[in-house]
Amino acid sequence: MESIKDRVAIVGMGCCKFGERWDAGPEDLLVESCYEAFEDAGIEPKDIQAAWFGTTQLSTGQPLAQAIKLEYIPITRVENACATATDALMNACFAVAAGVYDIVLVAGVEKLKDSGVGYLTGGAGQPSSQIAAAAPPPVQFALAANRYFHQYGLSYEEGKRILAMIDVKNHHNGSLNPKAHFQREITIEQAMNAPMMAFPLGLYDCCGVSDGSAAAILTRPDIAKSMRNDFILVKGLGLSVGGMQGMLREYYDFVHFDESVTAGKMAYEQAGIKNPREEVDLAEVHDCFSITELIIYEDMGWSARGKAKEDVESGFFTLEGGLAVNPDGGLKSFGHPIGASGIRMLYEVYKQLQGKAGPRQLKKADIGLTQNLGGRPGSFSCGVSIWGRKS
Amino acid sequence: MAGIVSYGAWIPRFRLGKETKGWDMPIEKPVANFDEDSITMAVAAGMDCINKFDRNAVDALFFATTTSPYVEKQGAATVAAAVDLRRDIITNDFTNSLRAGTLGLRSALDAITAGTASQVMLAVADCRMGTPRGEFDQATGDGGAALLLGNDGVMANILGSYSISEETQDVWRAYGDNVIRTWEDRFVYETGYLKIMPEAIAGLIKKMKITPKDITRAVLYGPNPRRHSEMVRMLGLDAKAQVQDPLFGRMNNTGAAYVIMQLIAALETAKPGDKILMASYGDGADAYLLEVTSEITKLAPRRGIKRLLDAKRILPDHAIYMHWREASSRIDGAPPSVSARWREREEIDRLHGSKCKACGLVQYPPQRVCTRCHAKDQWETVRLSDKKGKIFTFSLDYVAPSVDLPLAITIINFDGGGRGMFMATDRELSEIKCEAPVEMSFRKLRSSGGVHNYYWKPIPVRA
Repeated sequence: MESIKDRVAIVGMGCCKFGERWDAGPEDLLVESCYEAFEDAGIEPKDIQAAWFGTTQLSTGQPLAQAIKLEYIPITRVENACATATDALMNACFAVAAGVYDIVLVAGVEKLKDSGVGYLTGGAGQPSSQIAAAAPPPVQFALAANRYFHQYGLSYEEGKRILAMIDVKNHHNGSLNPKAHFQREITIEQAMNAPMMAFPLGLYDCCGVSDGSAAAILTRPDIAKSMRNDFILVKGLGLSVGGMQGMLREYYDFVHFDESVTAGKMAYEQAGIKNPREEVDLAEVHDCFSITELIIYEDMGWSARGKAKEDVESGFFTLEGGLAVNPDGGLKSFGHPIGASGIRMLYEVYKQLQGKAGPRQLKKADIGLTQNLGGRPGSFSCGVSIWGRKS
Repeated sequence: MAGIVSYGAWIPRFRLGKETKGWDMPIEKPVANFDEDSITMAVAAGMDCINKFDRNAVDALFFATTTSPYVEKQGAATVAAAVDLRRDIITNDFTNSLRAGTLGLRSALDAITAGTASQVMLAVADCRMGTPRGEFDQATGDGGAALLLGNDGVMANILGSYSISEETQDVWRAYGDNVIRTWEDRFVYETGYLKIMPEAIAGLIKKMKITPKDITRAVLYGPNPRRHSEMVRMLGLDAKAQVQDPLFGRMNNTGAAYVIMQLIAALETAKPGDKILMASYGDGADAYLLEVTSEITKLAPRRGIKRLLDAKRILPDHAIYMHWREASSRIDGAPPSVSARWREREEIDRLHGSKCKACGLVQYPPQRVCTRCHAKDQWETVRLSDKKGKIFTFSLDYVAPSVDLPLAITIINFDGGGRGMFMATDRELSEIKCEAPVEMSFRKLRSSGGVHNYYWKPIPVRA
């Protein structure tokens, strides 16, 4: 097997305004994000030779072709739950690294606000026995929260406070981001006392559902050199897909996610990163719930097991800290249009590495990481990507 | 001689009582939770009954009730599957009469005597309703019982019985009626209960050549406390010394299950040599004479009546009970995929998991390829329904469209291995926490598209 390191470059990206976009259908959102990417890259739709389309709601690659008028090129529609966008991105990278295509597009979109409810309903899906416990995402991740509190001896108040600090951080970062759905700061008290959704997770511990789209244009580094100076390069990719091990193995502890750990290790190894806490400057991670982000700190090797609390309290993951996590506001501020989120994460990494993140710009932004997680504790799909500038 | 080899019971955890706002009476009435019905209670009683006995030796399962959830679908087949009995057995429903339990008993004994079956399980349960807070409501309760009948290890021989059939319309429900109908009170008791049941008892006494003095304990059907006392006087029995407490105000009249549950209460304190008279009423009357043997001292402990009576919670508000009854009879939504549910019936109805023969890991649902050692098709069936367990972790969903809010979702680790995700029930919130002990209970998840969908739920260890 060969490493993907330095074999794929991003030369353009776009991200639409995330939120309740009643006025925009999926095509409109795709035009917004993809054309921003085309302008950023200085190319036109006809220059794209192949595309990867991340969405859980729409089927086939045809909606993307129709929206931006791609004419009969290969388009692969990808679905891997909330890791959809990163999975699409990875496959686009493989095609480019293989030299089969020169310039490709990755685009993701979701119109969750058309469902008529403010939360994920889970969808009808396959006909079934209807026996399964009714456990939507907040419940699934609350299972991890309650066990985390129990295993590490956190009282309800202590645990809620740590989670609230994560919510406050992400809301603060989002308030600096005009593309975020939510741009309002919140306080720790508001987060701790918010209406209970799935004990112990309250309203502010849960990311919202949103509409959104994001896009990236990928090419080989030798072509990228002729297009711009400040392209970014892939350093490592990882994708780890579980198969319900956590539910079948009664010894799974619910306080770590094997898929995150494994995908992270894959990407770190390709990138040659030996000390992630020191070497990673910023990370966009999958904070669908505050507890998810807390566990990700440990799974990605930034905090020791059971000790993430200390890093939260010291501000290590804030914009001023040693490893800014979710500098753009995260899923918390953007909401989670499933097919788009992984590319929205990459958009912030891209802008930070280029020095274009405005009020959120970090002083040191050399290595950026995205971590994109779909499923439930016990069985996830997790995609990780690591990016840097030209070596 | 065919007789009782084992017994089991189920009384719902929750009661209406004097602390219940909107009930306010010193009558404790057991009320089925929103997810309980006659089938789930019969299963619970059957599980209690078969505890420490070999369920593979059971050749027939008779289910008796007047509140069957289906009109054309056998309840006994569901009960037999949930109790995890063999498939090559006789299953039958006895229904439509308050005597369904004792009539089922007669057929069970006859099957054993004829050699058709060596062991028969009789499971009886009822949840009848009267007009809220009315006379019937105050006297009735929800509950179930099960008897294992056989030839060997008999703790109570059935010496004989006497039956009368009576065509009458004293107490009844027509198809579609939720609430019991009766004719005038005086007619109902003077031409019915108070006339016919003594007639059957007299017939039995004459047939068995005994006198009332020979009866150690009388287990008597009674529609309410007053009429039960009247019956005792009419029969000339000593109310204190000879009559089983009919448990009004604690268990109440549990319909077709009533005298069987009273019988179990009697057996819990009976001694070898005791002669028990059992009489039931409904479209006629049955009278039975039983004699307790020394086997009764060998019976392994089981829940039975007393422990379940004591393990109770009083509901704070009558409105909760009304909400449960409304929710329980609601049928909405699209039905489950019947073919998918049928394909998964072993893991759903019998709660079967698999145990890998190569590495020993128990997995639920059963896996052809072991998750740990990847051995393929090398596993044996494990029953999880009779295992205790612990809550490994949980959540409480405050936003679920559920009858019992918040909905408690739990990850259960079973004693002996295996794990599953289940919705907990019969719970106070304080009982749902990491490492809390649970046991499994067969419940109705919901009714949709005419399908009553049953599955197992963990409950705090009951008794």
